[in-house]
Amino acid sequence: MTSNDFSIVLPETLLAIYGMLALLFAVYTGKDKLAGLITWVTAAVFVIVALLIGLGGGGATPAFHGMFIDDAFSRFGKVGILLAGAAVLVMSYDFLDKRGFAKFEYPILVLFSTIGMMVMVSAGDLMALYLGLELMSLSLYVIASFRRDSVKSTEAGLKYFVLGSLSSGLLLYGSSLVYGFAGTTSFAGILSVVSVDAPLGVLFGLVFIMTGLAFKVSAVPFHMWTPDVYEGAPTPTTAFFATAPKLAAMALFARVLHDAFGGITADWQQVLAVIAVASMFLGAIAGIGQTNIKRLMAYSSISHMGFALMGLAAGNAEGVQSALIYMAIYVTMNIGTFAFIMTMERDGQPVTDIASLNLYWRNSPAKALALLVLMFSLAGVPPMLGFFGKLAVLQAAWGAGLIYLAIFGVIASVIGAFYYLRIVYYMYFGVETDPLDKVSSPVTFALLTLSALIMLVGIVNMFGVDGMAALAAEALVK
Amino acid sequence: MTVVDFAFYTFAIVMLVAGLFTVVSKNPVHSVLWLILTFLSASGLFVLLGAEFVAMLLIIVYVGAVMVLFLFVVMMLDVDFAELKAGMAKYLPFALLIGVVLLLQMGLAFGDWTTAEGAQALRQSVTPDAAEIHNTAALGLLMYDQYLMLFQLAGLVLLVSMIGAIVLTLRHRSDVKRQNVLQQMYRDPGKAMELKDVKPGQGL
Repeated sequence: MTSNDFSIVLPETLLAIYGMLALLFAVYTGKDKLAGLITWVTAAVFVIVALLIGLGGGGATPAFHGMFIDDAFSRFGKVGILLAGAAVLVMSYDFLDKRGFAKFEYPILVLFSTIGMMVMVSAGDLMALYLGLELMSLSLYVIASFRRDSVKSTEAGLKYFVLGSLSSGLLLYGSSLVYGFAGTTSFAGILSVVSVDAPLGVLFGLVFIMTGLAFKVSAVPFHMWTPDVYEGAPTPTTAFFATAPKLAAMALFARVLHDAFGGITADWQQVLAVIAVASMFLGAIAGIGQTNIKRLMAYSSISHMGFALMGLAAGNAEGVQSALIYMAIYVTMNIGTFAFIMTMERDGQPVTDIASLNLYWRNSPAKALALLVLMFSLAGVPPMLGFFGKLAVLQAAWGAGLIYLAIFGVIASVIGAFYYLRIVYYMYFGVETDPLDKVSSPVTFALLTLSALIMLVGIVNMFGVDGMAALAAEALVK
Repeated sequence: MTVVDFAFYTFAIVMLVAGLFTVVSKNPVHSVLWLILTFLSASGLFVLLGAEFVAMLLIIVYVGAVMVLFLFVVMMLDVDFAELKAGMAKYLPFALLIGVVLLLQMGLAFGDWTTAEGAQALRQSVTPDAAEIHNTAALGLLMYDQYLMLFQLAGLVLLVSMIGAIVLTLRHRSDVKRQNVLQQMYRDPGKAMELKDVKPGQGL
């Protein structure tokens, strides 16, 4: 343990110290009156730390006896997580304030959950992985039931908590089996002993660990909690669920599979392929019957996770690169879409019914147009950026010889396009109903338009994200 | 069978049985008592492993504090656990089926159980030699040196759970009168009291 170790975990340390100071400051002064201030300052701190990490550069350096790894892959993940967290924070304040539950703890819990995610993407050891995951999840359970007067929100939190604990238990059991075999919990140590003819016990451990992680990314068959939690949780929380934690869990998935189980690629490839296909189809088909836009976004996220897992299933650097690109695009699209969902209200009350979007273009042509772009992009219609994300994972799967997977992906994508296009249909050609309120919220409007613009302009060069993802993937897959 | 073996099997079997009864007992207070027995057996197993500090910690913290708290909570909350468990009989056959399948699969995995070469040595290399250093000191060395980051992260997890408990349960009520201790202590007798000299036969 040297000062070098501490300089490597500097971003996390800074965030943790800021979080504790902000907590003390708010508790001893204005309490909830400071919620707005703390939200904005936290978002600013996120952006600063993201810049610090993104511009830092450098090679791959382990810290604390290999518990923590700082490399291009973890930097990519962290910058994405921090920026997504900042965006969701700034757009959630108005919503929370209007409903009267803007509390200063909200941004602070988001901050601690972000620290957990940063540890997850940097984990170099099964124990660090678990603690990062718990830090993230515990904060998420609390913000899911943040609206404690609402039965649905409380139910969402409780459901998420019970199922989340179960998945943590599975993950821990798997870790114990792997530790039993390898005699060490460090990824490097596991990688050095787990090779092609790994015994059944290790495979069991691997499957249990994958189960725990699949739960966190809400992949089928561990997706049951997603629609209920997305629907019940307050919309800002749902927006957060659908962005940063998904990116973190997917990055952690890639990290564990390549860093610790890189020697038995063929074994986990088939598991990933199965859950990828199941997620894509279930998300695409079960979403069709939904009338609540938050539930719809839950099924959409299940389907999208299937696509990202398809990229990982390729099992090579190209696969990891495509999954990272896919996740970056997915998170950007979701930020825009949720910025829109937060402004959906009638008579001041939030509305989540899809039918309420009927003829929305009369209400606000600019927002309708932005949402149209986002929906096309989510569906994967060219020339929006979402199409290129799908193309990348399909190419990766195809290149790795998983041709059947790519074909299934295309079919699922076509089925899933239905419900995105239905929203567009309602907005432009729907029947006459009570219109939604005209909400003027500059922050959400800015994020919505920005996200839609990225979907259009990004096709030129993806703002260099594909190059960064390639670097990150190379750092991971040696 | 040596004494150690005998002790191991006794503790292990008691632990499993107590664990089972924790889940199936009808009365929640009995469940908590069974859970205490589970913890006691677990601490026995820790002693057998030579981890006496952890064993004592388990008894003092879990049995002494956490379980007693649990017992109070269970006694104070008016939750009809029998009703909560009413669905259990319905799902029991299905649960048993899955349990048996899982057990068979586990049996398969453990029947073929091997460890990597040098795993045992690797496991022991982390901890200082038990003959040379005290159990408690060894734990401290590990926790504050090698596992410092994990220790701090665990601290953050606890902080989050504390914030969470407060956020979800604390209500500021403005309609109740509260005691302000400082205000009471700073009360000045000169201002709060007034001595009146009442003359006989005059009144105030």
